[in-house]
Amino acid sequence: MSLFINFTLNGITEGMIFASLALALVLIFRATKIINFAQGAMAMMTTFIAFSLLNAGLGYWWAFVAVLAIGFVFGALVERVLIRPLHGKSELNPVIVTIGLLVVLEGIAGAVYGNASRGFPAAYSQSGLVVGHTKIAFSHFDVFVLVAVLALMGAILVLFRATSLGLRMRASAFSGEISRLLGVRVGILLTLGWALAGVAGALAGMLVAPTSSFGPYFMDLILIYGFTAAVIGGLESPVGALVGGLITGLCTSYVGGYLGSGLQPLGALVLLMVALMARPEGIFARPPARRV
Amino acid sequence: MLEVQDLSVSYGPVDALKSVTFSAQPGAITAILGANGAGKTTLLRTISGLARARSGSVRFDGEELLGEAVENIARRGVAHVPEGRGIIEELTVEDNLRLATLWCMGRHDRPEAVERTFELFPRLSGFRRHHASTLSGGERQMLVIGRALITRPQLLLLDEPSLGLAPLITAQLMALLRDQTVGSHMAVVLVEQNAQSALSVSQRAIVLNLGEIVVNDSAANVAGDSDLRHHYLGF
Repeated sequence: MSLFINFTLNGITEGMIFASLALALVLIFRATKIINFAQGAMAMMTTFIAFSLLNAGLGYWWAFVAVLAIGFVFGALVERVLIRPLHGKSELNPVIVTIGLLVVLEGIAGAVYGNASRGFPAAYSQSGLVVGHTKIAFSHFDVFVLVAVLALMGAILVLFRATSLGLRMRASAFSGEISRLLGVRVGILLTLGWALAGVAGALAGMLVAPTSSFGPYFMDLILIYGFTAAVIGGLESPVGALVGGLITGLCTSYVGGYLGSGLQPLGALVLLMVALMARPEGIFARPPARRV
Repeated sequence: MLEVQDLSVSYGPVDALKSVTFSAQPGAITAILGANGAGKTTLLRTISGLARARSGSVRFDGEELLGEAVENIARRGVAHVPEGRGIIEELTVEDNLRLATLWCMGRHDRPEAVERTFELFPRLSGFRRHHASTLSGGERQMLVIGRALITRPQLLLLDEPSLGLAPLITAQLMALLRDQTVGSHMAVVLVEQNAQSALSVSQRAIVLNLGEIVVNDSAANVAGDSDLRHHYLGF
């Protein structure tokens, strides 16, 4: 029973990280209908920048905030420089560009920092908390992961639901042409969607790095889990990203715990297949419009 | 005042509009009539910046609109209600209305403007928190016209507002359009297949045929010319 509880706690923590990357994918997909295959590599790059800042002597929290800001600018730049010029062209073009960006970023990181894995500091202790006389698989760092991802989700939901900027962003995502006819500057809002995705991705990178083999490819597997989470959630819903992340996290944790960690990616892919067969539109997809 | 001068638009080798020239006065409805493919929708899309002109000029209150971004043209007081309703189905009725006010009204003025629209279309009031996708055809048309009027535009471009509507609802919408326009500072360009209905509320009428203006006269004269009606308007 204690094993199950520990696997569950581990699954929740990992699920929150997947949710963060899924949120990044969702923010971009709902704004521009593109799956950003470079999202993981972008997060890897910002985490390496954090690594450099920390090595240069900057305090952890300063580096943390700086990297979220860099993620924001990085996301905006990718949209403006690489994606915007492809507007109106084949839908395949931006997909190819994001895959190309993934390869380029991993190449740059490998060239600059080397391909070897290394350690990355955590904000808080990763030693399990003690409940009664039992140590559980849930640390101060895991609490931080939960709080950080939930805070970002909450901020994005408030932005979308309770502000006029959020209304403009939602409208632009649903119908760019109508929004423009209503005076909405859609272009800048699409850039903002990519920028916010850059923040969510950068956060995911900072949360994954201390728990994995930090190197140029450390986000590749997380991208697959994040993608699974985003698809389960419906690809367009931030809440769906959270729920999808938790489902994926729990599933991979149970598979890793009971069947062996080598089977975790397979578990995620089986989950993705089952989700696509059972509910292709995702759990939180918008209901199709009713013609009247 | 809207002044369109020698406006030509092409889609590849096909000329959609050929040297179209006309003007639309404030306080009046100008009907644009003609068969399918005559270029009516292209004309409105070019004025609002959605389609690109090959040559010519579109001046509104003396300023050139051609080459301006769609959102900037909207911010000059041009409201375009495109064909096929043009609502954002995923937003609520209230959010559809609020969205149109964001660029031109302060936070405190928006609720009043939204309420004013619900007074104009009381039927929409009961659906204010519903997704716009749940509205019927007539309600959708009320919403897009209400959303266009909420900003008190200087120029209203309406594309086929009667499409798919019951005759009674069409008549009500047309009467409302006339009431909102006559005596106001708003110029209305009304594209319609339903020529009879459009002529009943318009002051001017322009008939397009294969991208060219073949008639530009008072609505009363066009309605009274049976040869012209039979030849171009089918009634």
